[in-house]
Amino acid sequence: MSVTFTKMAETINAFKFSDKALAEIQRYISHYPEGRQKSALLPALHVAQAENNGWVSPEAMDAIAEILNIQPIEVYEVATFYTMFNLKPVGKHVLEVCRTGPCCLRGADQMIETFKQKLNIQEGETSADGMFTLKPVECLASCGTGPMLQVRETYYENLDSEEAVDQFLEMMRNKEVETPEWAK
Amino acid sequence: MGIKILTEHINVPGIETLEVYRKHGGYRSVEKAIKTMTPDEVVEEVKTSGLRGRGGAGFPAGMKWSFLAKPEGVPRYLVCNADESEPGTFKDRVFMEKNPHALIEGMITSSYALGANTSYIYIRGELLFILRILEKAIAEAYAAGLLGKNILGSGYDLDLHVAPGGGAYICGEETALLESLEGKRGNPRNKPPFPAVKGLFQSPTVVNNVETIASVPWIVNNTGAEYAKIGIGRSTGTKLISASGNINRPGVYEIDLGVPVEEFIYSDEYCGGIWKGKQLKAVVPGGSSVPILPADLILKTAAGEQRLMTYESLSDGGFVSGSMLGSGAFIVFDEDQCIVRNTWNYARFYHHESCGQCSPCREGTGWMERVLHRIEHGHGHQQDIDLLVSVAKQIEGNTICPLGDAAAWPVASAIRHFREEFEWHIKHPQEATAPGAVYRGQLAAATV
Repeated sequence: MSVTFTKMAETINAFKFSDKALAEIQRYISHYPEGRQKSALLPALHVAQAENNGWVSPEAMDAIAEILNIQPIEVYEVATFYTMFNLKPVGKHVLEVCRTGPCCLRGADQMIETFKQKLNIQEGETSADGMFTLKPVECLASCGTGPMLQVRETYYENLDSEEAVDQFLEMMRNKEVETPEWAK
Repeated sequence: MGIKILTEHINVPGIETLEVYRKHGGYRSVEKAIKTMTPDEVVEEVKTSGLRGRGGAGFPAGMKWSFLAKPEGVPRYLVCNADESEPGTFKDRVFMEKNPHALIEGMITSSYALGANTSYIYIRGELLFILRILEKAIAEAYAAGLLGKNILGSGYDLDLHVAPGGGAYICGEETALLESLEGKRGNPRNKPPFPAVKGLFQSPTVVNNVETIASVPWIVNNTGAEYAKIGIGRSTGTKLISASGNINRPGVYEIDLGVPVEEFIYSDEYCGGIWKGKQLKAVVPGGSSVPILPADLILKTAAGEQRLMTYESLSDGGFVSGSMLGSGAFIVFDEDQCIVRNTWNYARFYHHESCGQCSPCREGTGWMERVLHRIEHGHGHQQDIDLLVSVAKQIEGNTICPLGDAAAWPVASAIRHFREEFEWHIKHPQEATAPGAVYRGQLAAATV
């Protein structure tokens, strides 16, 4: 029986917060009482993900633990609980497609199928060109305009035909990744 | 058309700015409450109004407020639950996106009533773009002296912050929300102690839904007695309804509680009827966790009374023939929708969203998902329907938070009202799994 060890070089994703990111995390820390800085953990994970090409690496989590003065495990256990945090590398644009009931009544299943065909990937996978990751998510509170999806901080709605999906993909291929408000 | 308490100015251009919001009467309730009323007087008005929690449970808001413990020297918190995640519900998102100051005004007036000097709006992480909108509006309110130290020269101080979640339905449950706000996994807490005694940072805390808090300014401005005149019986005031599914006009509608369900579905003022000229098959009237009702039972109660959009009328008949108003997420199914597929979809949702703390929920939701998956995909067994009923029963009431109930009810009610459709899937797997196949037997029977 052979055991394959991942090469160390592949697991190291050097990470350092930018000054703007650090300022944003400090801003959140200031919202909570003295000694309750751990409350800024979820905001810090969002900041880290935006800084790290759409995913949160172990190194980024360790950096957060250091800033918040908590144990790394406290960051890992939280990052693994919440579905928004991607724990492995993702494509340039993560398509968070709603797969929940109300969107399905308006064609979400077909929309997801269309994405799978056009991008030649399954749910959870990234397209060969590294451009798109297809990530099914649960209800995004946009049921009146389904089927829909989210990319970073933008909703794209009423994707109820192959044509609409085509147009969307075309537009995204030429779109740069959004910069969050605090990084501008 | 009834009175618009929450949405009157929602489409006014620039309403998201303090200037335009004030021009339309915004922040009057802050002035009135802080300058002319004691905190207890505000609480009394909310009690008199009969306002009930708009997040789903429908618990009287004024009563919840009056439970808040007030030990000397301990801070109290108001936390707004903007974790809107119940499938079918999108009213709070639309409301905050369009009219952020209306929520902030409600937060200030309500915080004053509760004696909170720091308050938080916990918003689901997917809505970071609305967090930005709220933060912009909060900054304007600070600059205008409506937040911060010595608000409007009254000596009352209030800081208001917005905190994002990270993607977890369970954080809509108030104690899971508080855990999340403290930077932890969203595992609901055992109760007691209730948040009113030990909530955020172990301090007395009130958690209220966005719509509940946003209703407070009108009550303060116009009195609780005036609010109580709107609606029917114990369903006072107006309610935001998120209408979705197979209707002509999906969207958010503010209704006077008491509008007949039939009018809500078919009137052009609201849903505008079933799309593509199709027939109504079923409705989930209060968000994915409340029981589904077939067309005949959503339009009329089992006793033949017209069903109304109120807490009481929608639950008339209990779970045998009724449902719940819940969060006001009104999900409409046309004749071409498969109830088994939808039930499987919801079961998958609850399995995905179970926090895993309680075994009945952690294991039971997965079990229901797998059994429903095999029925939907043509591999169901004869005994599966009874198995589902049994699993649902063993989850219900046996968990520390209501997610277990929320997972059990849609499955139990779908089988209760559409058992034939489940049986058809099991007995005729080939037919049932053909593309676009839908069982129509029960629909025909129901509309005779």
